[in-house]
Amino acid sequence: MNRYTARTLLREILMVAVTAVLAFPLYVLVNLSLRDPRDGSSVIMPTTSPTLRNYADAWRDAGLAGAIVNSVVVTALSVALIVVLAAMAAYPLARVTARWSRWLFLLVMLGLLLPFQLALLPLYQTIRDLHLLGTLWSLVLFYSGLQIPFATFLYVGFLRAIPRDYEEAALIDGAHPVQVFWRVLFPLLRPVTGTVIILNAIFVWNDFLTPFLYLSGSDQQTIPVAVFGFLGQYVSQWNLVFAGLVLAMLPILAVYFLMQRHIIKGFAGGLKG
Amino acid sequence: MSVQRARTPWWFVLPALALYAFVVLVPSVKGAGLAFTDWDGLSPAKHFVGLGNFRQMWSDPAARGALRQTLIIAVAITVVQNALGLALAMGVHSLVKSRFVLRVLLFAPAVMTPVVTAALWKYMLAPDGAVNSLLDGVGLGSWQQNWLGQGNLALGSVIGVIVWQFAGYSMVIFLAGLQSIPAEILEAAAVDGASAWQRFRGIVLPLLAPATTINLMLSIIGGLKLFDQVWVMTAGGPGSSTETLSTLLYKNAFQFNEYGYSVAIAIVLTVFVAVISSGQYGLLRRQEKAAAR
Repeated sequence: MNRYTARTLLREILMVAVTAVLAFPLYVLVNLSLRDPRDGSSVIMPTTSPTLRNYADAWRDAGLAGAIVNSVVVTALSVALIVVLAAMAAYPLARVTARWSRWLFLLVMLGLLLPFQLALLPLYQTIRDLHLLGTLWSLVLFYSGLQIPFATFLYVGFLRAIPRDYEEAALIDGAHPVQVFWRVLFPLLRPVTGTVIILNAIFVWNDFLTPFLYLSGSDQQTIPVAVFGFLGQYVSQWNLVFAGLVLAMLPILAVYFLMQRHIIKGFAGGLKG
Repeated sequence: MSVQRARTPWWFVLPALALYAFVVLVPSVKGAGLAFTDWDGLSPAKHFVGLGNFRQMWSDPAARGALRQTLIIAVAITVVQNALGLALAMGVHSLVKSRFVLRVLLFAPAVMTPVVTAALWKYMLAPDGAVNSLLDGVGLGSWQQNWLGQGNLALGSVIGVIVWQFAGYSMVIFLAGLQSIPAEILEAAAVDGASAWQRFRGIVLPLLAPATTINLMLSIIGGLKLFDQVWVMTAGGPGSSTETLSTLLYKNAFQFNEYGYSVAIAIVLTVFVAVISSGQYGLLRRQEKAAAR
């Protein structure tokens, strides 16, 4: 049953066809983004004389340059904070067997259950009272706090599976416990750190509601907010809008296609906990 | 051993704990408290109204509709997305030569920004959009619809878009599960004369139970909280036919100045997510254990 039979060929043809159907919207997206707005031919036919004019106009009008920089800054800072804080917190939570440690772990895990909608509105007020509305800091603060439970959960599970021998050897050699963590344990955590980085980077990059709320009324935008504003502004100029959508999608798709093996593994593996 | 245990830096937990308390714990407790007031979000006046907001929800047709739509979306996504994801996983699991390319392409929508995919589909489904053009092009012009402009059809369209975006995500998790099934078991069953369907029902499906649990949990929680795609494609319309608890909550908090009421909606959403997901988890874990035996 491990041979390529006629049935396998049939399955191959079927799967290629299914993939083509599912990719059809992406074909339409690129096709229309390359088309002159006066070209009235059917949207499903390939564009005969493609132009990049829409891209130039969309880049100018959507303010995407600033939005991309903001998205990169927010994503990088948030993910770095999540990795450092969650990995640190996981160390005592995984190693200390005292009762406080177990209770604290449960308290952190409670965060996996609470939907953020409950905290959304009171946190909005706190951020406002701290005069952080409209700043990128508000987003970094929010994502780091919000994602700590999940990242800690992954790190604790992984740490518990690492034998204590490594740490003990280093401690007997006279190393400080803090050094032991960063020099000995943290490098051993690399696979789970990869998963934490991938899942959080994609979540933060794509999130819409939080920046929509916290940045509204300011001149700061992230990519999803810029796209949303652009949509409202150019309601029926689809060629222009689609060029903007392609530009907004390019960074994440480029990263995805460059690192697809790691990313797919991160999504499939991290969720096994 | 005991020396090391005493020297584990317990204070390592503090920075994460402080941030988590500031962003999640404290606001959640405050939020729960506000649900019992009539606060409008602006004025200093705030009155305790007991369960008034919850009673209002019970009799508010908008809230009951949003609850209905939220449940329909969550259940429909959970069933359809995972059925499709499983079918895709079986299709590209083995032997097929283009399987690696197909996997990458099929998963790609899952990493795309929901606002962007929703905007794309808003156009695809417009009266003069690509879906109708395509139907016309293949001679099915009579099937053309205003996909986002009619009540139940709009709800179905929203569900279809979510399934399109995340079926590849389910597929990837099922694929990880399929890889853990030893080929020898399936070969032995085939030698013993089990048909493809019998092997699927009797061996593959039970051994996929852990992957199924993760997939069902993710899709039901995602469906219950759905906001971005609805907001971009329909903003809850036409009328209120695609209103969900998340969009209703947003409107009450930031457009109608019904802050206390919106937090009450958030609490109801919280309870639904907690009860449904933990109930589902318990059920699935029991089935996993039964399958493992």
